[in-house]
Amino acid sequence: MIPLLLIHLIKIACVIGVMLGIVAYTVLAERKICAWMQDRIGPNRVGPFGLLQPVADGLKFIFKEDVLPHHVNKVYFTLAPMIAMIPALITIAVVPWGSQLVIPSVSHDPIPGVIANLNVGILFVFAISSLGVYGIVLAGWSSNSKYPFLGGIRSSAQMISYEVCLGLSVVPVFMQVGSLNLMKVVEYQAQHTWLGFTQPLSCFIFLVSAFAETNRLPFDLPEAEQELVGGYHTEYSSMKFAMFFLGEYAAMFMASALMATLFFGGWSLPFAPFNAPAQTLTVGLIHIGIFLAKVCGFLFFFIWVRWTIPRFRYDQLMTLGWKIFIPLTLLNILISGVVLAVITK
Amino acid sequence: MTMQVERPKLTIWERTYLPQILHGLWLTLKHIPQRKFTRQYPEEKPPLHGAYRGAPTLVKDPEGRVKCVSCQLCEFVCPPKAIRITPRARPEDVPDANVEKEPEDFVIDMLRCIYCGYCEEVCPEEAIFLKQDFAIAGYTREELRFHKEKLLELGGVQPDSIWKWKFKGAPPLDAPGAPKREGAGRKG
Repeated sequence: MIPLLLIHLIKIACVIGVMLGIVAYTVLAERKICAWMQDRIGPNRVGPFGLLQPVADGLKFIFKEDVLPHHVNKVYFTLAPMIAMIPALITIAVVPWGSQLVIPSVSHDPIPGVIANLNVGILFVFAISSLGVYGIVLAGWSSNSKYPFLGGIRSSAQMISYEVCLGLSVVPVFMQVGSLNLMKVVEYQAQHTWLGFTQPLSCFIFLVSAFAETNRLPFDLPEAEQELVGGYHTEYSSMKFAMFFLGEYAAMFMASALMATLFFGGWSLPFAPFNAPAQTLTVGLIHIGIFLAKVCGFLFFFIWVRWTIPRFRYDQLMTLGWKIFIPLTLLNILISGVVLAVITK
Repeated sequence: MTMQVERPKLTIWERTYLPQILHGLWLTLKHIPQRKFTRQYPEEKPPLHGAYRGAPTLVKDPEGRVKCVSCQLCEFVCPPKAIRITPRARPEDVPDANVEKEPEDFVIDMLRCIYCGYCEEVCPEEAIFLKQDFAIAGYTREELRFHKEKLLELGGVQPDSIWKWKFKGAPPLDAPGAPKREGAGRKG
C-alpha cells in the first residue's frame, strides 16, 4: 500500500510530464504539418525523421544569451513569462484524463483519473486560465517599447472579450448535465451522447473562442509577426521567450483537452466497455489513450487551421466577438433552457 | 469618370466565412500527402546547366602533363586580378624539356574570382576550365587561395585536342611513312 499523498504526487508528476512532452512535440508537429501543407519536408535532420528536434530546440534555448534590455521594468519583465506559462499548467489539474485506475496492490479504492476532482471544475479552469492574460499584458507593458505595448493592448481586449464568449458558450452544457464537475460531464456523455452533437452551437463557439484565447491564428493579433514584429514577446529572448512559447502551446493543449472533455466524451467512446468507468487496469489505460488521442486530434486541428486561415482584422475580431458570438450564446442558453424544460416535463 | 464595381451579393451562409474556411481547410489537407519539392541540399545537388561557370581549375592531358604553359594570358585578362602565375622553365631532365614553360605555382584567389570565364576563353592551350563546383568554402582567406596542386586536383584530366606533344620530333607531314595526324589542330 502506498500512502495517498504519494499517489497524488506520482499522478501530478506523470500528468505534467506527459503534458510537457506533448507540448514539446506539438511544436515539432506544427513545423512538420506546416511543411507538408506547403509541399515541403520539414525538420528531418535531428534524429530519425527529426524526432529529436524538440531536444535540440530546448538545448538551444538554454544556451542562448538572456538579454535584459536596460529600458524594461525588470521585476515585471521577469515575472511575465512565468505568469504566462503557469496558468495553463495549473488548469490541467481538474481535467479528467481517464476514468479510474484499478490497481489493488497500490490502493484499495480505484484511483480517479484526475488530479483534483473539484465540484466547480470548469469555473476553476476559467478562473485560472484568465490569469494568463496578465502574463501577456505585463510583458507588453514592462517591455517599454511600442510593438510589445500594442501587442499587450490588443491581447487584453481580445482575451477579455472572448473570455465572455467562452464562459457563456459552455453554460448550456452544464444546464444539460446538471453539474460543473468535469468528471461528471464526461460520465454523462459516456452514458448518453456526446455533447458536441446535442449542443453543436456551444461546441462551435467554444472552439472559435478557444482559438482567440490561446492567441492562435486566425486570432493571433497580440503576436502578429507581420505588423507587430513579435507583439508582446518582441523584447524577450532565451528561456524567457521559451516560456511564452511553452505557455502558448500548453494553453493549446488545455483548450484541446477541454474540447475533448466538454463536447467529445473525454475518455469515453460510445460503446462498451469504454462507456463506463474502468473496472480493470487495461481498460483504464485504454481510456487514457482515448483521451490523449482526442486531444492530439484537436491539436492537429489547431495546427491545421493556423496554416489555412489568414489573420482577422482587429475590428473584425471585435465584431465577431461582441456582436455575433455573445448574442448567439445568449440565444443558445435561452433555447437550451426552453428545450430542456419541455423535455424534462 | 468613376466606375461602380458590382459587389457580388453574398448569401447569409457565405457571409459567415464558413464555406471559404472549409474550402481552405480541404485545400491544405489535400497538400499533406502530395509530392514534396524540397531538395535536401548537401546530399541532393541541384541540376546545373552544362555551361555553368563554377570554380576555375587547371587540367592535365591524358598523359599526365600539366596543360598550362605559363603564358600568363589568363592572368592579364582576369578582371578582378584573381590569378597569379609564377612561370619557370621545364626541368632539363624531363623528356620534353625546352619545349614549353610550365607554372611553378598557379594561384587563383577564389574570394576575388568573379566566375566570368574569361580565363577559360583566352587560354590558347585549353588548360583552364570552369567546373561546376559552386560551394567553395573555407575558414580562412589563405585557405581560399587555391594553389597549383589543388587546382589540378579539382580539374582532373581533359582529352588533349591539340596533340602538340605527341608529334614533337615526328617526321614532316609529307614524309613517307609519317604517322597519320588525326585530330591535329583544334577539333571541330
